[in-house]
Amino acid sequence: MIELAETVTSGAPPDLTAKRSWRSVKSATMTGLMVAAVFVVALPLVAVVWSVLGRGLAVAFRGFPDFFIQEIPSVARRAGPGMGPAILGTLLVTGAATLIAVPLGVLGAVYLHEYGVGNRFSRLVRFMATVMTGVPSIVMGLFIYVVWTLRFGYSAFGGSLALACLMLPVVIGATEQMLKLVPHHLREASYALGTSKSRTILTVVLPAALPGIVSGSLLAVARAAGETAPLLFAVGAATEYNPHLFEEANTALSIQIFGNATSSFVAAQDRAWGAALTLVLLTFLITLVARVFTARIASRR
Amino acid sequence: MLALQGHRAYADRTFRWAAASAAALVLLILGLIAITITQRSMPVFRQMGLGFFTGTRWSPADGLYGALPFVWGTAFTAVIALALAVPVSLGMALFMTQVAPPAIRKPMVYLMDLLAGVPSVVFGLWGVLVLSQYFNLGRSFLTAGVILAIMIIPIITSLSREVIETTPPGDKEGALALGATRWEMIGAAVFPHSAGGLVGAVMLGLGRAMGETIAAALVIGSALGQITLNAFAAGNSMPAVIANEWGEADDLHKSALIALAVTLFIITIVVNLLATGIVQRSMKRGQGS
Amino acid sequence: MHTEDRIERHGRPQRAPAGAKSIEVTAPLASGRPEGAVVFELTDLEVYYGAFRAVSRVTMKIFKNEITAFIGPSGCGKTTVLRSFNRMHDVTPGARVAGGLRYRGTELYGPNVSATEVRRRIGMVFQKPNPFPKSIYDNVAFGPRSNGVQSREDLDVIVEKSLRSAALWEEVKDRLKASALGLSGGQQQRLCIARTIAVGPEVVLMDEPCSALDPIATARIEDLMRELKSTFTIVIVTHNMQQAARVSDRTAFFTTDVDAKSERRTGTLVEYDVTTKIFSNPGDERTENYITGRFG
Repeated sequence: MIELAETVTSGAPPDLTAKRSWRSVKSATMTGLMVAAVFVVALPLVAVVWSVLGRGLAVAFRGFPDFFIQEIPSVARRAGPGMGPAILGTLLVTGAATLIAVPLGVLGAVYLHEYGVGNRFSRLVRFMATVMTGVPSIVMGLFIYVVWTLRFGYSAFGGSLALACLMLPVVIGATEQMLKLVPHHLREASYALGTSKSRTILTVVLPAALPGIVSGSLLAVARAAGETAPLLFAVGAATEYNPHLFEEANTALSIQIFGNATSSFVAAQDRAWGAALTLVLLTFLITLVARVFTARIASRR
Repeated sequence: MLALQGHRAYADRTFRWAAASAAALVLLILGLIAITITQRSMPVFRQMGLGFFTGTRWSPADGLYGALPFVWGTAFTAVIALALAVPVSLGMALFMTQVAPPAIRKPMVYLMDLLAGVPSVVFGLWGVLVLSQYFNLGRSFLTAGVILAIMIIPIITSLSREVIETTPPGDKEGALALGATRWEMIGAAVFPHSAGGLVGAVMLGLGRAMGETIAAALVIGSALGQITLNAFAAGNSMPAVIANEWGEADDLHKSALIALAVTLFIITIVVNLLATGIVQRSMKRGQGS
Repeated sequence: MHTEDRIERHGRPQRAPAGAKSIEVTAPLASGRPEGAVVFELTDLEVYYGAFRAVSRVTMKIFKNEITAFIGPSGCGKTTVLRSFNRMHDVTPGARVAGGLRYRGTELYGPNVSATEVRRRIGMVFQKPNPFPKSIYDNVAFGPRSNGVQSREDLDVIVEKSLRSAALWEEVKDRLKASALGLSGGQQQRLCIARTIAVGPEVVLMDEPCSALDPIATARIEDLMRELKSTFTIVIVTHNMQQAARVSDRTAFFTTDVDAKSERRTGTLVEYDVTTKIFSNPGDERTENYITGRFG
């Protein structure tokens, strides 16, 4: 005969208070560890932000806007601003990369989701795009070195090509996600009106998916702006302003940070912190704008 | 008779063709990468043969290129990074999915995004000037492992979260209904279901850690020829070597560095392929049940 | 001969067969007019989804400026047949149409026939209103714009005309730039009708257009259908028999049959005739059973 719990048979009101046992202690400990994990994660983030703000603010904003405009001292040990050419370089390189990667990525995703769903080619491309996101950025940089820099020398554009290769699979993935979210009945309505498929995609599907595509692309841009390795082999490390995309070596914030980090001169290190702050602010800004677009999608539903 | 032929079919077809070409770019680029860097690395293989992979001496001055210490360094730092990152990431993922009230979940996601958004070079800078200099931890496998751990935490956490969230609520409720504590429920319902996917997530983190160049380059110490289990020793890894020695390398040296990149390429692709396969299979199985 | 067999030609409600649920037939009698031009001619039309035969051998004719209703229990293939008229099955992977389907003499599934062109002449309104997430104006102007109409004045004229024809103009004329998604369900459906009309088709197909709407909105759309009939040919699928009886000139009753080969249920056409006859004196017992509510 099965023994019923005592509380059921005894007739007294059941005791439902929490019991202290090794089981509950173990569970509580584990929960505590999980919470600790959160702090462990937050710690380095706080530490890095602390350092960047602490050491970078003074450098970047002393005599504003000197740091952002003046050229990089060609002698590393000389103290003082600035990082102007690096800022311009980052903007040029990242901007051109975006102009290459986003249209191509969106078009590619359009094929994958609107034309080739399920066929072998699409599955292969989708798979390879995932593989491509895992390619180390330094490998991408060397690739561009071999196919571009060796032939055409250092330039901002070479860096853009490298970054575009890094961004392409990310944009494809994000865009495909967004295209999936466009309800099929919108496409049906457009076809029923006698609209061709390409026109339907351009005037109905893409506009509907646009906020998500923008947000996903901006996140890819933010990541690209911080990349260093691919640029080392394509862009060079100029110290003067170079507004030309295709000619002559250029520089970028990430390159400067990398170069100055190992310098033994405090002046150079200071500039590295200032550049780091600038870069973090830039990526933060881009990410913020991306979030605005994500919020816009959410509000529309 | 009605004319039912289309006039704009040509434009329609061109668009489709353009879209297909854009998609094909992915294949083209990957293929080109494989071909061109392999080709460029040929000189060093002609010189060293397979000794490139087994040799332990790397001395450009003598024309000797043995990459084993760097392969070791890459693997070692990655393992250290995983050892540090995985418990933390898992804990964080479990916290976000099982413990945190919905109000906290959003800020947690932002926290992860912020962490993921810090460029690796900034982490490297912090690592070099703060962690190794200021806190006097020096440059070593361990320092590199710590920095890498910080950088792969976001990706392991977010992927683990996705996998954990596919646990059928029915399984969880069943465990709780039997009077299980929260931790016991996690052990009974979440882990068995998510194990495969979590392995995949960890492997993706591994792939990232191995490929991460800049942060490693800055703090690993750039020592040559060290195959050791001493985590506090200065060492080197494939991407770090490439980044640090490129500037002054002659042609043969450069081809050796490119050969390192080829090696890295192959290893990370294999790891990523395996990882993606595992994660996808686990997610699909999860949704099926 | 029963009096029911003689068809009254003056629109008075017919006496239904004894014991049946009484259904008011108030649509104008189409049998009084000669069969007009043939718009669609179906010959043994079949539709397959993969290997599964969803609709078997439909033969019928649809006539110009009439409202033809397809009725029948769920799964009987009425929507499937409807969607073959404007080649919407092209969009469904695995769907295949066999047999003959002629639109004004041209085989719709013949070679060299562009689905896009077909859909410019044969429009469709869907069960759930699906306006684009654009302004009311842009929704209606979408079709004409795709067809090359660029000038603002021309578009304004077309938009107003279509909205008036859809009995929506008065309600939206002051907010043409507002988002279409802000309209009520009934308004959205009328917008979809306006959008379809703006393309200038000859035929308007309607797939259960009122099933997502309340009775008042439904009544307005039924009124609209009667007005549109003089300009367009309308084919409507409806699961609401009373609606078919109210608005249509001809009615086709479909049902499901167990397919001999696959042992799955296939849709077949049972009976197709003038609406008054279908509802007062159906020729087939299955029709009578459906109409009197004994099943389906």
